[in-house]
Amino acid sequence: MTAKGQGRTAFAYLTPALLVLGGLLAYPIYQLVLISLYDYGQEQVSGGAPLTFLGLGNYQNLLGSQQFWTVLGQTVAFAAVCVVGTLLVGAFLAILATRVRTWVRMTLFLAALGAWSTPAVAGSTIWLFLFDANFGFVNEVLGIQGFSWTFDKWTAFGLVAAQVIWCSFPFVMVTLYAGIKAIPGEVLEAAALDGASAFRTAWSVTLPLLRPIILVVTIQSIIWDFKVFTQIYVMTNGGGIAGRNLVLNVYAYQQAFAASEYGLGAAIGVVMTVLLLAITLFYLRALRRSGEVL
Amino acid sequence: MRRWITEAFVLVVAAVVAFPLFWMVLSAFKPEDEIISADPVPWTTRPTLDSFTRALTVANFGRYFLNSVVVALIVVALSILISFLAATALTRFRFRCRTTLLIMLLVVQMVPVEALTVPLFFLMRSVGDSVPAFGLNHLGSLVLVHLAFSLPFAIWMLRGFVAAVPVELEEAATLDGASRFRFLWQVLFPLVAPGLVATSVLSFIHAWNDFLFAKTFIISAVENQTLPLALQVFVKPDQNDWGAIMAGSTLMTIPVLIFFMLVQRRLVSGLAGAVKG
Repeated sequence: MTAKGQGRTAFAYLTPALLVLGGLLAYPIYQLVLISLYDYGQEQVSGGAPLTFLGLGNYQNLLGSQQFWTVLGQTVAFAAVCVVGTLLVGAFLAILATRVRTWVRMTLFLAALGAWSTPAVAGSTIWLFLFDANFGFVNEVLGIQGFSWTFDKWTAFGLVAAQVIWCSFPFVMVTLYAGIKAIPGEVLEAAALDGASAFRTAWSVTLPLLRPIILVVTIQSIIWDFKVFTQIYVMTNGGGIAGRNLVLNVYAYQQAFAASEYGLGAAIGVVMTVLLLAITLFYLRALRRSGEVL
Repeated sequence: MRRWITEAFVLVVAAVVAFPLFWMVLSAFKPEDEIISADPVPWTTRPTLDSFTRALTVANFGRYFLNSVVVALIVVALSILISFLAATALTRFRFRCRTTLLIMLLVVQMVPVEALTVPLFFLMRSVGDSVPAFGLNHLGSLVLVHLAFSLPFAIWMLRGFVAAVPVELEEAATLDGASRFRFLWQVLFPLVAPGLVATSVLSFIHAWNDFLFAKTFIISAVENQTLPLALQVFVKPDQNDWGAIMAGSTLMTIPVLIFFMLVQRRLVSGLAGAVKG
């Protein structure tokens, strides 16, 4: 087929995808930036007041507000705790999984698969029930009935983080386990023949070989945990008492749809997108460095 | 001896990880007085379907279950068709902008879709003015956004499966007189079916689990709510009907669990393939 004919057929095949992605992803991204530049509240939406162009006004408001910086700090800290927790639990269990018999490993993987596949809303409500002040099983076991985990800011964050780690460590565990299994046995035998200790082998042979995979799961976890919405929203009832459990995503949602400050909500969305795209660029560079080609 | 200790530890971990799900199913079958007992126990001697009945009748959960199924299935069907065509174009043809498109597919997967709630809300509002079925308060709006969100990953993942089909096969089919169209749907499509299964499951789960967009788009039309939203309605401060909530959670989790079990092997290798490109 001629080059021109190839191009035409390819374009025909791509049209539906381009239409959907253009209309429902690219255009909304453009709109997001546009809305963030306007004073866009309830009156403007209903047509009761004219649109005023603010330029970077929403961003100025945002960067000048104490709450934004608090929420941003909370988001970063919360994501960091979730990422570190997920990686530690996932890596530890992946290593243990290589040292047990098949049926034990399958039991662990089956349990992990259950946690992995539980819908976020269902998972959050189950955890809420388990940690319920009066009827929860955890308080019964600990003998602290009446203690509310969601009332205090830090126990609430801790509870949500534990739930997030619960449902995201399986991905890390399964991926790392596959990575460990993919290391050729000869490499490890050679290390053993050269007299390397178990620790030395793990540190100087296994870890460097796993680095690309560790990098991928780390950045994937950062991206996921940075934009947790459902768990925070459901477990802290929309961001906690007086909004003290807010993270960026929930903050943007509350500003836009609860306070009707759509312009401000969009500006928060832009800030979040920029932050995540920066992480993505890092991801792409890391992928390229580990020898992947598109 | 040391392996024995490790295995015991791993089994304890597995039990802890599985415990929330066990507790969910158990509580769904417990009679009400055992649920609101001050001394909950991890078993029941009087299993009952009362909670399920309450969830299905009082909260109309059956309706929402159906809504969720409809949205997820339409998303899956459309996503299969569109991503298959696009993946074929991106692997089987050489044309300008191909690499640019591939990079954009990767980058667009990283855009936090949660940030797009505001523009998508207004987009669906204007869509609803001309085509109500795809506007706010209708399931169509959810189909549209989840289709858009699932496509980049589905295309990205299917590329590998399409590329794995040898080009000689297409040449042979052409020699035998098969049209391009016939080759596409009768030869290539069945061959990449395993890849389609894996991507479909992911699209299904994304649409099924979505809470944010259902909450944003379905504002007043109670009859068009989906499961995550319906479950959320149950949760009231201080007067939770935990039995019905757990029954609803069970109904919501089981389909996903079954799907996951069916394709877990393929999913993991497929994910690894997607990461490796």
